[in-house]
Formats: sequence, C-alpha cells, structure tokens
Amino acid sequence: MDKFNVSVSPHIKSNVTTQRIMIDVLIGLAPVTVAAIVLFGVRALAIICVCLACSVLCEFVSQKIMKRTVTVSDCSAAVTGLLLALSLPANAPLWQAAIGCVFAIVVVKQLFGGLGQNFANPAVTARVMMLISFSNSLAVATNTVFFDSVTSATPLAMINDPNNGAVPDYLQLFLGNHAGTIGETCSLALLIGGIYLLVRKVITWHEPVVFIGTVMLLSIAFGRDPLTEVLTGGVLIAAFFMATDYVTTPAQTYGRMLFGFGCGLITVIIRVYGNYPEGVSFAILLMNILTPYIDNWTKKKVIGGAAK
Amino acid sequence: MYKKRMAGVKVPHRKNTAAMAPERIPLPEQVVIPMSMHIGAPAKPLVNVGDEVKVGQIIAEEGGFVSAPIHASVAGKVTKIDTVLTSSGRYMPAITVKTSPEQPVDENIKPIQVTNKEDFLKAVNDSGVVGLGGAGFPTRVKLTVKTKVDYVLVNGAECEPYITSDTRTMLDKADLVMEGIEFLKRYLQPQNVVIGIEDNKPDCIELYKKRCSKLTDVDCVALPSLYPQGGEKVLIHNITGRVVPAGKLPIDVGCVVINCTTLAAIANYVKTGMPLIEKTVTVDGSAVANPKNVIAPIGTLMKDVFEYCGGFKEEPGKVLYGGPMMGIAVPDLEQPIMKNTNAIIALNKKDGKVPEPTNCIHCGRCTAVCPLHITPFAIERAFKTEDDEALVKLEVMNCMECGCCSFSCPAKRPLVQVNKLAKMRVKAYQTRLEAEKKAAAEAAGNGEVKQ
Repeated sequence: MDKFNVSVSPHIKSNVTTQRIMIDVLIGLAPVTVAAIVLFGVRALAIICVCLACSVLCEFVSQKIMKRTVTVSDCSAAVTGLLLALSLPANAPLWQAAIGCVFAIVVVKQLFGGLGQNFANPAVTARVMMLISFSNSLAVATNTVFFDSVTSATPLAMINDPNNGAVPDYLQLFLGNHAGTIGETCSLALLIGGIYLLVRKVITWHEPVVFIGTVMLLSIAFGRDPLTEVLTGGVLIAAFFMATDYVTTPAQTYGRMLFGFGCGLITVIIRVYGNYPEGVSFAILLMNILTPYIDNWTKKKVIGGAAK
Repeated sequence: MYKKRMAGVKVPHRKNTAAMAPERIPLPEQVVIPMSMHIGAPAKPLVNVGDEVKVGQIIAEEGGFVSAPIHASVAGKVTKIDTVLTSSGRYMPAITVKTSPEQPVDENIKPIQVTNKEDFLKAVNDSGVVGLGGAGFPTRVKLTVKTKVDYVLVNGAECEPYITSDTRTMLDKADLVMEGIEFLKRYLQPQNVVIGIEDNKPDCIELYKKRCSKLTDVDCVALPSLYPQGGEKVLIHNITGRVVPAGKLPIDVGCVVINCTTLAAIANYVKTGMPLIEKTVTVDGSAVANPKNVIAPIGTLMKDVFEYCGGFKEEPGKVLYGGPMMGIAVPDLEQPIMKNTNAIIALNKKDGKVPEPTNCIHCGRCTAVCPLHITPFAIERAFKTEDDEALVKLEVMNCMECGCCSFSCPAKRPLVQVNKLAKMRVKAYQTRLEAEKKAAAEAAGNGEVKQ
C-alpha cells in the first residue's frame, strides 16, 4: 500500500498566493504606467523598461550569489522596479535609474534577507537615496510632452513660491498634465489602480483613506488648498501603492490607520516647513521604521484572552 | 442572534453528498476498535482473546472520570488485543473482532427507563456516546453540570467542507434529535435551547424552524456560512454574545454545546438500548469514485469503506479523518472508523500536495481571519527565536487550531503547525517555571527549618 502525504491541517488552502498578489499590484499600476508613457513619452518608457529589467536581474543574480532559492517568479522585484521607475522624473539618466534598482533590490531587500525581511520599502528607500545622491537630476521636474519647455517647477514648488508660476487647474492636475515624476501626476490612473486593489482585496481602505484624509485636513489647518495638495506630488501613488506594502507597514487595522495618519502628518509638515517641496518618500520611510513599534502598540486584544 | 460575529474564512462548501441518504455497508470481515476514541483516559478492555462477543456488548469500561465505555459493533470472536498506531501518532490498545456469519444481539439490550437526572447521566455514560462533532469529549462529563445552564446550543453548523453526516442525521433522525433536546430540557433546566445551523443547509433550517415553531423554549437560528461557525467558542459567541475565557469551559459562561448527532445517539440509546456502535460517515474527496454517505460499524477499516464507495478513481495523495480544515491525515488505509469520525476524505495527488512555503510577507491575513484575534505571524517569529515569554504574551494557548490562518496565508506557511508546536513549548515553559518556583520555595523552607 502506498503511503500518503501526512501534514498538519488544514489540507486545503485559499487560492491567494504571493505571486497572485504581486501580479495584482502590477495590474493596479498598469493604468498609471500607460498614463506615464502617454504623458512623458519615450523617455518614460525607457526608464520603466530599464528599472523593470534591472530589478529582476538584480534579484536573480543576488539570490544566485547568496545561494538562495530564486524567487523572481513571485514578481515582487518587478513591483519594486516599476514603483521606483514611476517615482523618477522623465529626464533622470538611465544609469542613475539602474543604480537605484541595484540599491533597492540588493541593499534594501536581499541583504536584509529577501522578500518579507526588509524593514523599509525598497522602492521608497532607493528613491530617497537617489534624491540625496543625484539631487541635480532628480530635483528637476520634467514637463509632460504637451508643454513647450522641457522642465518646470512642480505644482508643489509653485505653491511654496508663486514666482515658479501659476498652479494648474484641477482638471489638469487630475489628468496629470503637469510637471512631476512620471508616475505621480495622473491622479485619474492612480485612483483606478487603487480601486482595483481595493476591489481585489489586496489592500484595505485604512491606509489610503487615513493618509489622504490626514493630508487634506492638515492642509486646511495650514491654510492650503486640500484638493490641490492631494492631487499634486506623490500622495496618491504613495497612499495606494507604498503605504500599503505589506512587508513594511503594520499588519492590523488600527496599526494601518496609525501608519496612514503618520504618513499624512509628516508629508504635510515637510511640505509646509521643509526644504524639499515634497515629503511623501520621507514620510513613508520614517513610518516604515516605526512599523514594528506600531504593530506592538496596536495589537488587537485576544478574544477570551487575559485582561490587559 | 448576536450582532458582532467572529471573523472566519469562506471555505468552499463541496457538500456533494448532502442529498444522499446514508447506505449501510456490508459487514466487514473484521473490525479494529481502538480503546481511545475520546478525549481522556483510554477505556480498559473487559474481554480476552478468543472470547465470543455479541452486537452491542460492552467490551471495555471507562478508564477514569473523563472516559467512556466501548461496545462491540459486530458479533464475532476477539482475535487480537494489541497496540496499533493511531492517527494521533500514538500507540493505543485496540480490540480486533473477526465477524461471524451470525450477528446475535446482546440480550441485555432493551429500552432504558429514565426517570431522573442520575438515570439520564448513567444512560449517557452507558451509551458510550462522546462528542460526535469530532472532538470526542465524553458526553457524560459534559452534561454533569453543577451550575445553572442558561443556554443549551445544539450544534448543527457543520462548517467543514465535504461533510454532510450531521446534515443527514438532522434530516433523517429529526425525531431523535428533538427527543434528545427534550432530555436536556428536562434534566439540565436551561433557560434557552438554540439550534444553530449554517445557512448552506436550507432544508435543515426549514425542518427545524417548523419543529421549533410548536415549542416555546426552543429556537432554530440560521448562521452565516463562515468557517469555523461550528467551533464551540465561535458558536457560543455568535449566538449568545458570550466569550469563553482561555482555559475555561462553555459551562463557565452558562452554556452547554452539544452536537446534533450526539443528541440523536443518546436518544436512540434510551429508546432502543443500543449503544453507539455505528456511525454515519461521509465518504468524499477528489480521489473517491462514488462519494456517498455510509453507515459503518465502528472499527470498520477505511479500506473497506472506500471499497464500498467504488474505490478510487485516481490515486489518492492524502487521506483524512474528518474535514479538510481540521481533519487528520493518515499514513495508510488500515485505520478504523471511530466514534468521532464523521467523514473520511481521499484527495487526489494534486489536491493532496503539501505546498512549498515561501517567505512571510507580513500581509496580516492570518490575524485578520482569526476568530480569536490571535497573531500567527508574530507567534511564528517568537517561536523561531524560541522566545517563550513572547509566546505567552501572544496568548498562543487560546488557539483552537481551526486552520483559518494557514488557509488564507498567501505564502502557504504552516501556521497551525507552528501554533501547535508553540503551545507545546509554552506548556513545557510553564511546567519549568512551576518546578523552579517549587524548588525555590522548598529551598526557602529548608532554610527556615535549619534556622
């Protein structure tokens, strides 16, 4: 008689896999990727291709060197690469984009133990590293192809200093026809992607809603226009795609809300008081570091457990 | 019904056999009756090798307070009393009976006179009935309550995929179930009796709503089909809103939960005097040729039952006692049907494959679906670092091993397995702490004596 497989229950599993989740995130990013290519042209396409290829290659090579199981097929490296590409301006040199990917995958992700072990979001950390290291090329925002001039100030820089020009109207902001990184300008595409992730239950509403809500409320408190604040800069892409990264954000409801609040708070403070016109990346990175503590503070009470 | 429900997962129903009335399988050549088909002390054999036994004859008496007697399920000759490896991974004594062509029934079997609570509890004990929902807790112990009972909850949730044996009992033996409820009403004096049935069994709900409409103090509620609705703690919470604290029993919050099949078995014993010697078992799974419900004598080997169901259409990769969420995988088909077996399931090679776990991505699904709000991902980390104190703080001992966490984990991590191991660690840790405390106290005591 054949021996059967013996394992601990349960013996059926849901069809949700890590790979399925990552593919859903890629699908969620698809509208904004298309928008980026439409708005910023061939340059955007080149950056996206370089980042995707470089991230996946880095994952493969580093896992080979470190003698780990190669897990390129879970698509997490592709997500990191695409997110990083979308948070770069269209005129960023391709070699700098490639270095960003190496940093994201090798240093931030694999050196800490690979998927699930990194404490900070690889794409966000790489972008912050690039913002500091390559400030000449990264700080200059590129205009969309529908403008005459190649570069201009971002709407956020315009808000901070009216000499930079007039802030575009809501429709232009919503459709993304203004200067910025290739993936942050088209709010419409980001909302479509975000709603897709919510419908697929890949993310919960807590982080995006609290993050965006905090930015709006605090903007009102500081006498700034809340809608413009949300539609410009990286708030939407961060709220839907970076603040919802499982690995580097809290795992439970209240923790997620606290995380979203913290991101919103730091974003607005940097926007109002900081040297940089935009603070979303720093906000996410700082909150990533707090995640283990937030997880501890916001642990749900075990039902029927000991009284706390 | 209580508004705030516990979390859970939507599992596939796969109640393929719900409409199939159980068929009695032909008498097997032999039966192997383990002495431990319940929680608690194993039963002590009363027969010797070579003895002739009759149907329903007591062959083992209870081995302690938490225990239950065992009866011969077939007439025949005792050929072996030895130890067998049971599905729990432990060796247990078992009595093998070779069936004889004649099947005389034990002459002591006659309807039982029940006039008071003592009679009733004795009847429950003598019937050999244990928790037939799967746990196998001796029913006599459960019903020996000293405190006031507010609720008797009749568990007809049957939330595991595939299994329909409780469904069949509820439909085919409704009279016995209702008689059982009458006994509990008379001898436990509960304020309310509630029958809870998952809403994927509309015919059962309809039947019992109709029956209950004539009674003032028995209710039938439709529960949402959300696994683990039939878990004791979950059922109590979702019907009454009460929470059973860790390490306590339902009776501590004034509840008695009893499975519908258990009730029917007790009522059947009082009515006919025939103890629990056969079980309705659902035979299903992707490898089974003709899934059906069967009635099999306790001790019938799995291979005989599968053979009656047309054998396998595909080579099985995994065979289970019970449902796929909490069932126990067995190494071979030489395993007997036990008192608490409500299904045997054979999955094909593909379904029976154990998935390769990948890294935890901290998505929080495991804790979001946990009915008791435990955090399996944190427990796994604490377990890996052998952090006993953290495991105590994470209250892993509360885990009821329902499997929701492992089911929903996208990285396919064996979280229930880790929880089980973590519980063992915590137990060992607590024993160690107590021993140290005792040693310290003794040392202090000795010191005083010397002074």
